[in-house]
Amino acid sequence: MSTLAPGATGRGTAPVMASQRPDANGLRPDLAVIADWIAPGSHVLDLGCGDGALLDHLQRAKRCTGYGAEIDDAQVLACARRGVDVIQQDIEAGLDVFAGSRFDVVVLSMAIQATHQTERVLREMSRLGAEGIVSFPNFGHWSHAWSILRGRMPISREMPYRWYDTPNLHLSTPKDFEDFLDGLGLAITRRGFLADGRPVGVLPGLRATQAIYRFRVRPVRGAA
Amino acid sequence: MTDSVGATTPQRLRFEAPLALASGASIAGYELVYETYGTLSPARDNAVLVCHALNASHHVAGTSAADPSDLGWWDNMVGPGKPLDTDRFFVVGVNNLGSCFGSTGPMSINPATGRPYGPDFPVVTVEDWVRTQARLADALGIERFAAVMGGSLGGMQALAWSTLFPDRLGHCIAIATAPKLSAQNIAFNEVARRAIVTDPGFHGGRFYDHGTVPAHGLSVARMIGHITYLSGDTMAERFGRTLRRHASDTALRDGYRFTFDVEFEIESYLRYQGEKFSKYFDANTYLLITRALDYFDPAGAHGGDLAAAMAPARCDFLVASFTTDWRFAPERSREIVAALLANRRRVTYAEIDAPHGHDAFLLDDVRYHALVRAYFDRIAAALPGAPVRSAAPARDHAVLAS
Repeated sequence: MSTLAPGATGRGTAPVMASQRPDANGLRPDLAVIADWIAPGSHVLDLGCGDGALLDHLQRAKRCTGYGAEIDDAQVLACARRGVDVIQQDIEAGLDVFAGSRFDVVVLSMAIQATHQTERVLREMSRLGAEGIVSFPNFGHWSHAWSILRGRMPISREMPYRWYDTPNLHLSTPKDFEDFLDGLGLAITRRGFLADGRPVGVLPGLRATQAIYRFRVRPVRGAA
Repeated sequence: MTDSVGATTPQRLRFEAPLALASGASIAGYELVYETYGTLSPARDNAVLVCHALNASHHVAGTSAADPSDLGWWDNMVGPGKPLDTDRFFVVGVNNLGSCFGSTGPMSINPATGRPYGPDFPVVTVEDWVRTQARLADALGIERFAAVMGGSLGGMQALAWSTLFPDRLGHCIAIATAPKLSAQNIAFNEVARRAIVTDPGFHGGRFYDHGTVPAHGLSVARMIGHITYLSGDTMAERFGRTLRRHASDTALRDGYRFTFDVEFEIESYLRYQGEKFSKYFDANTYLLITRALDYFDPAGAHGGDLAAAMAPARCDFLVASFTTDWRFAPERSREIVAALLANRRRVTYAEIDAPHGHDAFLLDDVRYHALVRAYFDRIAAALPGAPVRSAAPARDHAVLAS
């Protein structure tokens, strides 16, 4: 069992999700999709980078450069041990340290649901990066609805917590998230849906356990 | 002790060629005292320079052969199997010009007068030190350091290396440091200097001629410095309001003696530290080194733009700070990190949650040392000649690098 839990947003906070079957590269499925979407040579910022698995893969396989941001001591050490450059930083305390930097892609994987100031984090992502990529657990999965119909809060592989001990604050569905991006002036450039690590084509809103979005700042109308 | 470099003997090198200093003065015929640990690889690529802070020296690790009780100031960091592993790296410690542990300084004889330099010793800067260290590297046949490392003022030297000699180091390790002193920091230094120069024993810095030592001033300077090296929590925990009791205490009222003599443990501790320091440290050196701290400001020549100042750097960086360090607070390290990020330098930054204040960089902290060890594993793995004897992650990296 690997513990590729992505960045918690407070020092020592519990992992946001349970581990999942890694792909051939040893990557968590959503990270494999994200890695696939990132162009070779990109300069990448991975917010809440956990043990640095994504950046490690991008550095090896795609000659990417960049940094992870992570608050947890053990994860920072894990990054250093695998040669991933990590900046120890609470991503919700502001990303001022990156203010003078620009990235091709800013990633926030399986952590947005545990952020307090979700809108602010997304705004900072869109300011620092030409593109942003976010993955999150789909609260709209049919099993969750079923669970609630039976009178229970859902517990799943992506959200393995009981209602009273969950770090998740801002759970959403793909539709909710698309409205959110739209409201922030962000245009979706790619969508991906996974169910237990495998791609989902039909009825993703009900069948996907994880959603992945790539977006960029919407071009101003009339601009070239 | 198997993890010690063992008994060490300092070496000495003389440099005849004049060195132009930042002040406009120049110095010729100076000597530097240094120690080395480990073995320089045949490719001469495994050297690490360790730069010292205010009151330390070339004696970084091991025990002095001349005085077995004299343990190196960073012995918990440097040695066989330690985070900076002398089985893999050739470590150089050098006493800076102007210091008082053997290198040419205010106590040395000024060839122009035949008397000690005293106040006539030129004011030196961090950059001047780096240039003398580069000359030492030349003499030792080290074209390029695998890393230059330091904490506090030593971290400033490491930073200066990265921009003054960008091709001569692979990694810069800057711990508990700052890109420049704040007004508050300079203020502490000034109080310390005033304590020294107003001591009647100082004689304008010519106290050697008078057979005196401004011990009182030095002692007060050290007390002030010491306060800033500890966190408030550490002080509260170690001393609190504990009173110092004497056998003669017979008629106490409310527990106090109602005098101005030492009453609290913290007073006793600071006085002890001050007096100890005044017995081994040179007052003129204290002035010189605090001034070098004050003057360090690489961004100054770039209109305050630290990113522009760091632009010449080509090495990778490890920057670390300690959460309770208020002398060189984490915010100051983040300024360095931000400048490096803006230049797309490779940089790892850790903010170590340690209770000990600025002193933490000298102490044995598991997370801190694990991080430095991991970083040196990465450096070692990238050296073609160096055997990798550490953990699996380093081997992964070796595969990557080959």
